[in-house]
Amino acid sequence: MKKQLSNIFLAVAALCLLAVPAVQAGTIKVGAIFAVTGPASFLGGPEARTARMVVDEINRKGGINGDMIELIVKDSGASPEKAISFAKQLIEEEKVLAIIGPSTSGESMKIKKIAEQGRTPLISCGAAEVIVNPVARYVFKTPQKDSFAVRKIYGEMQKMGISKIAVVAGNTGFGKAGKGQLIKIAPEYGIEIVAAETYDKKATDLSALVAKLMANKNIQAVVNWSIVPAQAIIAKNMRQAGWNVPLFQSHGFGNIKYVQAAGAAAEGIIFPAGRLLVAESLPDSDPQKALLLKYKKDYESRYHEAASTFGGHAYDAMTILAAAIGKGGNDRDKVRDAIEGLKDFPGTGGVFSFSPEDHNGLDISSFVMLEVKDGKFVLYHGK
Amino acid sequence: MTADLFFQYLFAGITYGIMYAIVAIGFNIIYNTTGIINFAQGEFVMLGGMIAISLLHVMPLWLAIAGAVVLTMLVGALIEILFIRWLDNPSVLRMIIITIGLSILIREAALHVWGESIRSLPYFYGNEITTITLGPVRLSPQVLWVIGVCGVVVLLLSVFFKGTPLGREMRACAANRRAAILCGINARNMVTFSFMLSAGIGALAGCVMSPITYTQYDSGTPLAIKGFTVAILGGLGNSMGAVAAGILLGIIEAYSISFVPLAFQDAISITILLIILFVRPHGLFGSGETARLKEF
Amino acid sequence: MKYTKPRAILCLAGLVIAVQVLTRVTGTQYYLTQLTMAAYYALVVIGLTVLMGYAGQISIGHAGFFAIGGYLSAALTTHNLVLFADRPLVLLLDRIGILVRGQDIYGEHLITVAPWAACLLALVAAATIAFLLGIPVLKLKGHYLAMATLGFGTIIYRIALATDYFGEADGISEVPGFTLLPGIGPVPPLVVNGDFGNRVQNYYIAWGVLIIGMVLLLNLIDSRIGRALRSIHGSEEAAEAVGVDTARCKLQVFVLSAVYAALAGVLLTHYNGGLGPSEASVMKSVRYVALVAVGGMANLWGALVMGVGLTFLSLRGVFGSFDDAVFGAILILVMLFAPDGILGLQFHTLAARLKRFGAGGSHDA
Repeated sequence: MKKQLSNIFLAVAALCLLAVPAVQAGTIKVGAIFAVTGPASFLGGPEARTARMVVDEINRKGGINGDMIELIVKDSGASPEKAISFAKQLIEEEKVLAIIGPSTSGESMKIKKIAEQGRTPLISCGAAEVIVNPVARYVFKTPQKDSFAVRKIYGEMQKMGISKIAVVAGNTGFGKAGKGQLIKIAPEYGIEIVAAETYDKKATDLSALVAKLMANKNIQAVVNWSIVPAQAIIAKNMRQAGWNVPLFQSHGFGNIKYVQAAGAAAEGIIFPAGRLLVAESLPDSDPQKALLLKYKKDYESRYHEAASTFGGHAYDAMTILAAAIGKGGNDRDKVRDAIEGLKDFPGTGGVFSFSPEDHNGLDISSFVMLEVKDGKFVLYHGK
Repeated sequence: MTADLFFQYLFAGITYGIMYAIVAIGFNIIYNTTGIINFAQGEFVMLGGMIAISLLHVMPLWLAIAGAVVLTMLVGALIEILFIRWLDNPSVLRMIIITIGLSILIREAALHVWGESIRSLPYFYGNEITTITLGPVRLSPQVLWVIGVCGVVVLLLSVFFKGTPLGREMRACAANRRAAILCGINARNMVTFSFMLSAGIGALAGCVMSPITYTQYDSGTPLAIKGFTVAILGGLGNSMGAVAAGILLGIIEAYSISFVPLAFQDAISITILLIILFVRPHGLFGSGETARLKEF
Repeated sequence: MKYTKPRAILCLAGLVIAVQVLTRVTGTQYYLTQLTMAAYYALVVIGLTVLMGYAGQISIGHAGFFAIGGYLSAALTTHNLVLFADRPLVLLLDRIGILVRGQDIYGEHLITVAPWAACLLALVAAATIAFLLGIPVLKLKGHYLAMATLGFGTIIYRIALATDYFGEADGISEVPGFTLLPGIGPVPPLVVNGDFGNRVQNYYIAWGVLIIGMVLLLNLIDSRIGRALRSIHGSEEAAEAVGVDTARCKLQVFVLSAVYAALAGVLLTHYNGGLGPSEASVMKSVRYVALVAVGGMANLWGALVMGVGLTFLSLRGVFGSFDDAVFGAILILVMLFAPDGILGLQFHTLAARLKRFGAGGSHDA
């Protein structure tokens, strides 16, 4: 028995040592941690596919200054413990230049300190503002700040004369962060939150919740903040119950699949989002237009599914990193400085201008208000 | 609470409850003939929905549903033949672990086949905002479909088990396997058949529920946990009990949101289950006598 | 077994040192990160082995105990009590000396519970909950026991996911290190944390804890309780008849395995600097069951090897997007072909089983 055991241990140890990675000359390693499977796969899936696509294209064009990019994608399954293990592995063992991802805010917060200690740039695709506030030297993020989305929504509400609202959110990191910002910013706009509820990310029907909220006659509008399928379910349940108050969604609604799922019930939903979803109807002078159309076309022809803003976050992370590599080469600190120095860089989420105080680089103009009309996203021009 | 709200909660609860019950019935069929709880039952529901959605591209809705039911039944039969049929007197522990493993494998396979995005069948009647008004309550017609299908399934099952020779043979296996074999009943085939039947019912449930709940590769497990809860509440193996327990649990869940935050809803339904397990392990509607006679 | 036990433990300790030296010589010390994490998960697995393999009681809720340990320790040592500094309870805690003061990196004052006190509290909480839960739950059998433990795990998961105090979906981040021994003179302090420079120390802490845990369990199963447990697994009625207090025996093992899981949760959380709700999920509990099964159910050494080995590979991302699928497949294959675990497998029996499998459909009972 004992001998058997030690043999196994030795075999495992020997195997591990054989697997020491060989670094090719002229190759720059980039790590990626995405939740390709598990409860956040609707984020991680498009993100990983997008990152692969961008890297393939860079390499097809001969790399960056002649250096090929090697992308190492790790599937965390949205588990922080795996993200932690992978971050350490990528930094020390694979000696990657930088890491893009993780997909969720919870994972990003767990590896923020590791990236700092390992002095490796991290470009997160997580939504929560705490990832870059307070600013950590090596940590950046590409999704727009929640607070901008909240301000966009509240601004619209002011115009419509709405002052009493209900807030519902999914129990994901995205929902949690958004709900927090909604509650925090409401007083600035003279808005009162009459009810706030959280539903499960796997919720299958929310008619009881809708009945409860509907019974409160004060509620003038509902804001739903989530990235899970239940955001289509709540739209259906509201319309089925004959409740016709305006329904505002978050930028997590930026995936045409949710509109298709909600069908007729999605009509009239108002939400803030990046310009990706309405790229065709942008004026030609818009700095993002060409890039948005290209991303959409490339993604849709390669993967045969509609491009979403989630994949866009990875697109931005990868193109920002590529631009920084162009300036800083294969050097973690130089690349970090290059990212911080990027100005007026168009991406799918907006036009990025980073600074030592702002590691998100986007302002409120990165959002536009959209509306669902005839099963499509269109720019919202007010009622 | 106003009367309107009362009835709205009631109907929301019945909707949830019927969905749980129809999953629980699938558990009961297999349990009755084999004494196995099939933890992969939720995956049959998911497979039914997914296959129907895929078939819908090439055939009309009713044919796609029929096709999905038949294909899922084949999957059920295959699972039984490959993983269960040839085991000699396996322990309960072993069976629990095998079916949990199957559930994980089917789910992961579905992820790699269908991807992570959500899909759904169209509403059978009307669309997402069509409603039927019943007094103070507005209902989607799809809810009536779910209730109707559940009712028909329960009815047909009871006719099948009491009135047909095959059904009687299956019941005989459930009552006493050894005696049934001695009477010349092919017990192994009965087990295969019960897997097919429960897979078929699961798939049908997956199809009628899909417009309401959507279908995603991992939508099976939460349903299975709810269905299992309901099966135990109603007394394992008792289909009428499952329907009653399902509706009861659904109604409790619906009303609970007026007292506690929605986020704790699941914790509450499971706490109820634990309490029932501790004081009445044979379920609310099961008989203690038969529970003691069963082998666990 | 009795004669080889001390030697086997010494061999294991020797191996642990050898691996560390080997990684140092070859400059591959990064392997120690995942070996450390895997050791903590293995601690859960060996505790669960005694419950499942020896006492024969399934638990699909052990991730719940892991989470109780991890979450309590993380929340107590992370949440700032400055705002409550004048509350009687906080003053009392301060008086006893279990609060620590400090400053965070942004210069704000922090008052938190000291890690050793939080750890103790977490372990006591896990033991108490296991005790109170175990009394009714362990009376159940078969599917009912499986469902009850699954239900317990789900409740803990739901609470972690719904409570602001536990960080909801984000979990808890920036958990401080856990100083086991303060530094004396030239000897550096013994701290459980994930700093890159602290890796070798943490590797030895984790494996030290695991080896101690292993020795305790090996002694337990060789003792009177161990024999009683095996008699319960064989036949509970028979055990009762010869005078074994089966209820008490099962309860003791249940509490013990819960404490193992909670201790692993506490230490791993401080090592990782945080945790999320995934640690409490049903899938995690199922994974522990899978590791016990693949180790051979009633085989502590098997559980140790498989617990460390498979978790190590999983944490290194070897299985990629098939991580869960691999564990599902392991569960099925082991239960079908090798119910006594892979290490207990002899090839002629495997061949016989495969033959039976091939002939499965054709012959009848």
